[in-house]
Amino acid sequence: MNKRLIYIAVWLALLAPLPAVIVFGVTAFNPIEYIERNLGLWGLRFLIIGLVITPMARIFRRPTLIRYRRTVGLFAFTYVLLHWLSYIVLDLYFDWPVILKDIYKRPFITIGMAAFVALIPLAVTSTDALRRRLGPVIWERLHQLIYLIVPAGLVHYWLMVKADHRSQLAYGSIIIALLAWRITDKAQAAARRRARAAEKAARTAA
Amino acid sequence: MLIRHAADLSENDVTDQGLYRRRREFMTGAIAMGSAGVLGLPELARAAPLTTVKSAYTVDETLTPKDAVSGYNNFYEFGTDKDEPAKNAGSLKPRPWTVVVDGLCAKPQRFDIDALIKRFPIEERIYRHRCVEAWSMVIPWNGFPLAALLNAVQPTAKAKFVSFTTLLDPKQMPGQNENYVPWPYREGLRLDEAMNPLTLLAVGLYGETLPNQNGAPIRLVVPWKYGFKGAKSIVKISLVENQPQTSWNMINAREYGFYSNVNPAVDHPRWSQASERRIGDFFRHKTLPFNGYADQVVKLYTGMDLKRFY
Ligand code: HEM
Repeated sequence: MNKRLIYIAVWLALLAPLPAVIVFGVTAFNPIEYIERNLGLWGLRFLIIGLVITPMARIFRRPTLIRYRRTVGLFAFTYVLLHWLSYIVLDLYFDWPVILKDIYKRPFITIGMAAFVALIPLAVTSTDALRRRLGPVIWERLHQLIYLIVPAGLVHYWLMVKADHRSQLAYGSIIIALLAWRITDKAQAAARRRARAAEKAARTAA
Repeated sequence: MLIRHAADLSENDVTDQGLYRRRREFMTGAIAMGSAGVLGLPELARAAPLTTVKSAYTVDETLTPKDAVSGYNNFYEFGTDKDEPAKNAGSLKPRPWTVVVDGLCAKPQRFDIDALIKRFPIEERIYRHRCVEAWSMVIPWNGFPLAALLNAVQPTAKAKFVSFTTLLDPKQMPGQNENYVPWPYREGLRLDEAMNPLTLLAVGLYGETLPNQNGAPIRLVVPWKYGFKGAKSIVKISLVENQPQTSWNMINAREYGFYSNVNPAVDHPRWSQASERRIGDFFRHKTLPFNGYADQVVKLYTGMDLKRFY
């Protein structure tokens, strides 16, 4: 299939929630709450989808899927950025004393803020030029922050509700499954490396 | 001045109501034609007009439109999202309905809901409604003072508190199949709070019987406290000696105290209570101590540290 067409489809799919959130938002009884929450939710969803891509590529042997990871990640960042802006502008309307107090005093905001701040360097270093400048080792290390950011986003979501954590449990199980896959994957890769090294050592000894 | 006479109401304040009522009539008519015949919905589940008298309890603020009042609700018996009660509360059967009033009183009784509505004059009271989640509305309730009902059963000298219990029936209230709240929903007031003339048992809003999602057929309204104090779909009111258990306090005592008076100076651990979003407005409003009813209720709490008894 045409690579360009796929790209356009991916972009449209990632963009679609935004007008939907706005249209449903302005007709909701509490538009600000609706928009603020749903932007956060789409941020979290796309962060998770970003984590799904690598295992999918491996399991279904479709390495080209990795191409879309950056786009998904940047969209996730955009939704989180809009979520943050909706909090600053729509919710508290630049009431900085209250905003600052929220950030240091309320754990759910503190954690959300930390996750957002940690996303910024990942978004900034997503350009090809910067990626090359950093080199693969540093770039990889930096982008491993995502394994802290996504759980932090979930904790933020968990802490904000009064009761009924069913959807948090659902998102949480997906996140745990994805992290578990990575841990076993890393362990297997390490085992393979060790086996190869041992084989090589045996060969040179012989 | 916070409380003023109904005569001061401007035309603007009331046009909304007429409009909403007409729309409502049209819709209930359509629903009745569409579904009552086909699905056999109980006739009485529909909103019925109430005969009400004006009261001095009103506020000089724009009413929240009826579709918001009964479309944006916290009523966990029907789901935890704000739009779920309106979607799911059709399974509640508000007739026939009995309210038991018992405990430490001379004349414990069972009251049929329609007999209650006939027995006490149904007043229109426009109250501010402040949710603990920092949003608010202005609602024209229809009801009678809780004190009138309590006087009818004659509390004994030992009675110090009043407890309220919501219906427990997972068939009618599907949310009760989930255990995020220790069902049935329980609330409570100190007896003097319960006897305060502001404390209302609402049986309607906007001149009609309560929509199911607003706590049909009878609910508590305590306008100087956070909204969750207003137990909905009440089946039992008991006069008791000791402070009763209350649901949100059982779920999280640090966040939800027994008193839960609206207090801009005491933040919820997860958000500020200093301001609120009035449904329909962009800019936040400053939250008033006791939700603007301090004149009438501050005397109930003299000598109490409201930071401790939140
Ligand atoms: C990676 C970063 C973040 C993610 C994934 C995230 C995600 C979410 C999610 C999923 C919700 C709940 C949505 C719902 O109830 O349906 C939420 C709510 C919220 N978030 Fe975030 N968030 C992030 C960062 C932030 C930041 C930086 C702030 C502000 C400093 C913030 C402020 C809020 C607030 C105030 C709410 C509650 C809104 C309300 O109660 O109406 N979040 N967030």
